[in-house]
This record gives sequence, C-alpha cells and structure tokens, in this order.
Amino acid sequence: MTQLRRKDVLGLQEMSKEEIQLILDTAESYKEILSRPVKKVPILRGKSICTLFYENSTRTRCSFELAAKIMSADTTAVSTAGSSIQKGESFKDTLLTLEAMGMDLFVIRHSASGAPHFAAKIVKSSVINAGDGMHEHPTQALLDMLTICQNKGQIAGLKVLIVGDIMHSRVARSNIWGLSKMGAEVRICGPRTLLPAEIDKLPVKVYDDLDRALDGVDVVNVLRIQLERMNKGFFPSIREYSTLFGINKARLRRAKSDVLVMHPGPMNRGIEITPDVADGEFAVITDQVTNGVAVRMALLYLLLGGSGHVDST
Amino acid sequence: MWILLKGGYVVDPSQDYSGVADVLIADGVIAVIVERIEQPSSQSILAQTKLDEKDGQIFDCSGLVVCPGLVDMHVHLREPGYEHKETIETGSRAAAAGGFTTVLAMPNTMPVVDNGAVVRYVLERGKEAVVRVYTAGAATKANAGTEMAEIADMVEAGALAVSDDAFPIQNADLMRRVMEYSKMFDIPVLTHCEDRSMTQDAIMNEGVVCTILGLRPWPRQAEEIMIWRNILLADLTGCKIHIQHITTRGGVEAVRWAKSRGIPVSCETCPHYFSLTDEALMTFDTNAKCCPPLRTADDVEAIKEGLADGTIDVIATDHAPHAQEDKEVELQEAAFGMVGLETAVPLVITNLVKPGIMTIEQAIYRMTSQPARLLKLPVGTLAKGSVADITVLDPNAEIVVRNEEFKSKGHNTPFEGWQLFGRVAATIVGGRIVSGALRPVRVKNGC
Repeated sequence: MTQLRRKDVLGLQEMSKEEIQLILDTAESYKEILSRPVKKVPILRGKSICTLFYENSTRTRCSFELAAKIMSADTTAVSTAGSSIQKGESFKDTLLTLEAMGMDLFVIRHSASGAPHFAAKIVKSSVINAGDGMHEHPTQALLDMLTICQNKGQIAGLKVLIVGDIMHSRVARSNIWGLSKMGAEVRICGPRTLLPAEIDKLPVKVYDDLDRALDGVDVVNVLRIQLERMNKGFFPSIREYSTLFGINKARLRRAKSDVLVMHPGPMNRGIEITPDVADGEFAVITDQVTNGVAVRMALLYLLLGGSGHVDST
Repeated sequence: MWILLKGGYVVDPSQDYSGVADVLIADGVIAVIVERIEQPSSQSILAQTKLDEKDGQIFDCSGLVVCPGLVDMHVHLREPGYEHKETIETGSRAAAAGGFTTVLAMPNTMPVVDNGAVVRYVLERGKEAVVRVYTAGAATKANAGTEMAEIADMVEAGALAVSDDAFPIQNADLMRRVMEYSKMFDIPVLTHCEDRSMTQDAIMNEGVVCTILGLRPWPRQAEEIMIWRNILLADLTGCKIHIQHITTRGGVEAVRWAKSRGIPVSCETCPHYFSLTDEALMTFDTNAKCCPPLRTADDVEAIKEGLADGTIDVIATDHAPHAQEDKEVELQEAAFGMVGLETAVPLVITNLVKPGIMTIEQAIYRMTSQPARLLKLPVGTLAKGSVADITVLDPNAEIVVRNEEFKSKGHNTPFEGWQLFGRVAATIVGGRIVSGALRPVRVKNGC
C-alpha cells in the first residue's frame, strides 16, 4: 500500500491495519525533516489547510500548523473565540463558508462526538479529526503508536495498559482500535465510574486493580484525569484517585524493566503521574510530541497527495 | 350521499370481525357491513337501505384491507408556537396520508397546553384539519414539573388526558397528586418515563455502541425506574396510567407484572422501537436520535413479544417533526425525535405482520379500538351507526420511503430510502375521502 484511498481520516475504528502501517511508515520517513537545520519542504506548496477548533488546544493545534508549514502549505486558523461561531453561525455554514474560500483540508477539533463526520459529509475537501468529543483522536493514537514502534521495534505482541478516565477519553478509544489492529494486547484500568458501559465488548482486558493491570506490561499510557469529574461524583477525592490509580515509581516495578511511560498531555503532575516518573528514564512524553508533528505531516501528505518527494528541498 | 366499499377484507377488531365484505357508508356514518357470501348485487344492498343509486359511489376494494380509521394517541403537532416545524393543518394532512383519522396532540407547545384556553385553541384549529384532532393537557403548569396544572379546566375544555411528555415529572409526590386529581375526571395520565438525574446531556442508549461513539449514555434504567415508580403510584392512587413510548425489555416486564396484579396501567410503543436499534446511530444520523433512545436487538425482541402477547396495548407514532436546521447539526446539538405518521403503517406491516409477529387484525386492534378505548372516543370501530372513519390499506404494495413526498413539514426520518410493504390506499373521515384514492366501479344497468 502506497497511498490512502480515502478522503478523510475520522477515526482508527474504520481504518485497516495496512492503512495504519502506511501512515506510521510515512511518518517515520518524515521525522528526519524535523531534525534538519532548515525545516521546510515544498511538498504541499499551494495547498490551503484550515484548522477549525471548537475546543481549546495547544499541542494538537500547534502540531498540525507546524506540520502544514514545514510542508509549505498555507494555514488558516479558526477558533470559536473571535469568529462568527460566536455570532451563532451554525457549524454547517461555517464549513461551507471556509470551503468556498478554497480550503483543501480541514483539521477539526470539536466537543461533539461525530462533528468531523458531519463535516466530512458537508464539504468535498478532506477532513482530519483532531479530536471529537469522547469519540476518537486518531492522530494522538497514531503518534502514540509511532513512539511505541520507535522504542520497541514493533507493536504486535506488546502488552499496553491505558490507565485513567476511559469513559471521557477519545485518546483511549483511538488507541484501543489502533493498538488492537496492530496486534497488541490492550489493557485498561480505571475507576469503574469512569469505564463506559460494555467496554469489555471492545478488544480490551479490563482491570480494577492497577497493580495487576501493570503486571508485565511493555507500555503504560497514562490519561489525564480532568479535575471537574470529581465534582460530578465520579470519584470522591484527588487523594483517593492518586492512591488507587496514580502511576508512581514503586508501582512501575511490576511492569517490564524497559517499560515505556506515555501521557497525551496536558499532565496533572502528582495526580495521575508522579513527577519523578514523568521526567524519569521510562518516560517518552516529549518524544510523543515530536512524533505528533511527523504523523500529521504524513497524514497531510497522504490526503493531499503532494507532488514532491520527501528528499526534494 | 353514500359510498360503498366493495369486496375488501374488512377488519374491525371492535366487533371481533374480519372477512371479505362490503361496507356501506351513508351520510357520514357506517350504514351496514354485508358479507358477500352470495355476492348480492350492489343494487340490492342499496335497495335494502333505501338509498338513491345516483347519489353515491361504489369503490372496488378487492385485495385491500378495510378497517376503522387509525387512531394515534401520541403526536406532536407543534402548534401553537413551533409552526415552522409543523402546524395542526400540515400534521393532520400527514396523519391522513398515513391512514390516521384521529390524533391526540401532546401539550409541549408554546405556550404549553396547560389551561382551558389553550386546549380550546388547539381544538378550534383542529376543526379545520382534515382528521379529528384532540389534545392532552400538560400535567403541570408550563410543563415545569413543580405545580399541578388546572386539570379540571382543561378537561372541561375538551382535553382527553394529561401528560408529562417531554417533561417527565421528577417529583414522586407531585406525580402522586396528579394521579389522584386526574382520577376524579376518569382521564388517564400519559407518562413519559425518564429519571432525569440519570440522563443529563444523554444522547443515546447506554451500551457498546454508545461507548464506541463516545456519546453521553441514556441508560435503560432511567426509563425503567420511572416506569416502576409510576406503576407503584398507579397502584397507590387507582388512577389509570398509560406509559408512553416504551422501549426496553425491563419496561415491558414491569408492565406485564403490573397488569398481572390488576394495576390500571396500559402502554404504547412506536414503530421505530421495533424497527431500529441503537446501531442506527453508528453513522451519527441525527434522524435516529429520539427520546427515549433506540435500544438493542434484545429490546426490539421484547417489544415484539409485548406487542404479540398484548402487554403493549397501543402502537403510537410519537410523530415529532423538526425543521431541517434542528437536525442538520452536530448529533449532540440535534433535536430529539422523528416523524412517524407517514411511515407507521408500512413499518407495522413489514416488521410485525409480514414476519408473523402478529396478525393484521392484532396490529389494527392496537392502532384503532385500543387507543380509542383508552381515550374513551367513539371512533376506531366500524359498528353500525358510528362515524365513517375508515382506512383502506394495501398490505402487499411495495413502497420506498421518500421524505420529500411527506405531507408533514418534518422530513426527519431515519427510514429514508427504505423499501417496505404496505401502502395506505385511502383515508376516509366522516364518510369523505381525505387522502388517497380508490378504484371507482361503474354500476351496471344503472346510472
């Protein structure tokens, strides 16, 4: 497989193993560009990319913009604050307006699950889901997998634990689909109140006890615990959450000796992860961020079918 | 003025009658049903009933089902206040097109139907409609769920029931008082069962599909807890309650238990709850978003069992028209509900009658004399002397659902493009064909 035969990238549930492999391989080859002194290639010159963010974001948005700029595409950033969205313009009309300006690709972040799918039906341009509600965050899972590949050589056969607020996490869902398709054993662990119904019908092993869940794992992906969940009664206190589900050095000893610790950010240091682990030898959290740019470059290339080659400068 | 419907398969559950027969309508009422055992000539029937041959018409109904006009005890006509979604007039045309001759409008309009004046307004507007329009009153003032509405005033004005549809009463003590009070007027309390504390921002049935899609879950228990609460309150008060749009196996079992104990409870379901599951939302189709939500295949099975064994008394549509802009948005922003009047008959025939879940007689029973009985309306029957509200169906016709053909202002159906069996050939209200057409027969040796 040498190209993605699809208009949009909306989620990993709908993607094949071959497509995921293609994206990871392409991203790996693009990573080299990021270490060049002059980070600019003309691959997407003349293409217009719109980042349309209905939710706050630092890393995902910057990562997409940087990826586009490195490839010489023109980027336009639209967010809810200061746009016609605040005047009550509907999502549909916003999309049609921006498409009429000639956008070739939309990167969409939205608090409503399915919003990028809705957008993909409205516009003829490509759509990349940059996180929709609690549904999927495919580029995050792709960069997580790229990070695992780089450190472990492959994904198949690994044991990967995702710990934390699974219910509200689009990162967890995309990782479950992606990792299981690539042949990993996916474990999840978190308070029962933050596990969605019938999660066991997905390709995962569910654990209540973090120590058991950590037993012999190759990778731990620690999810951010949103502090407002506490006020809605999903767990009684930060203290109790940390005690039961916080990742610390002592706990990590149950994992494999070369365990990778990942976190999609932003981190709550001292809550779901202790600072010594976050900054420690097992953590690859900043590598994830770098890989995020490479993965997004790969996707932009694969969807917009740039004319140039990676090595043409 | 007379009409003779000739040679149809006449089904009248109110008289436990079905068979090939002619139905004679004279001056807007049912004159006689004559079995065609010996093929009596039309003239002889007319002679027997002393009608003028020239003053009427004969229609060939062979191959068609002739039944009482269908009664839908759960529709949203949106007037007053939301006329951009539907009006009483357009809603009544949709009803006629779908074979319904009587509808009961829900009170969640703007203003809310919570006093006699608004009841009179709806009924007054209903007089200009092509089918019979009745209304339920809101159980609480402004549907706020805090103070009982003036139920006596509304009953006096013509409300046939009270309902908390769309705004389920959360306070058990208030619900008890509403039931006790309503019992004085011998009207049913129609109740939308939903424990709102469990359905905050909820979009769809809790389960694996919801988990995959990352949507806020609407657990079945939110419905079942309220069904049980209201059953217990009906037992306490002796008030007749009617559970609206039941969707779950547990709900059906609760009603079955209540009926076995003699508690005065009835219930309805809607065609979408036996035609679709929550998987219809896999594409984030806003037209499949409804309240209560679509459930699972096991629930669909239980709904069909409940319909077959009579636990579920009524098939209603919960016709919920919305404007395009209410549905052409992100799923979580989209309005709840789907139109139902113009797809009910084909869905019932295709999904219940054709697969043998129930006979056409049983299906018609749940759409005619059962709702009429619960609302104490003298319709839903072909008994001699009753108003000639009649629906003529072609159960074998194959149709394709095309929402652009709907008479309703609402085009919000998840069944667009579905190929189904069953067509409404004609709808007759008070002896007049208000929708569809029938094959005229030329009278031999006569005019």
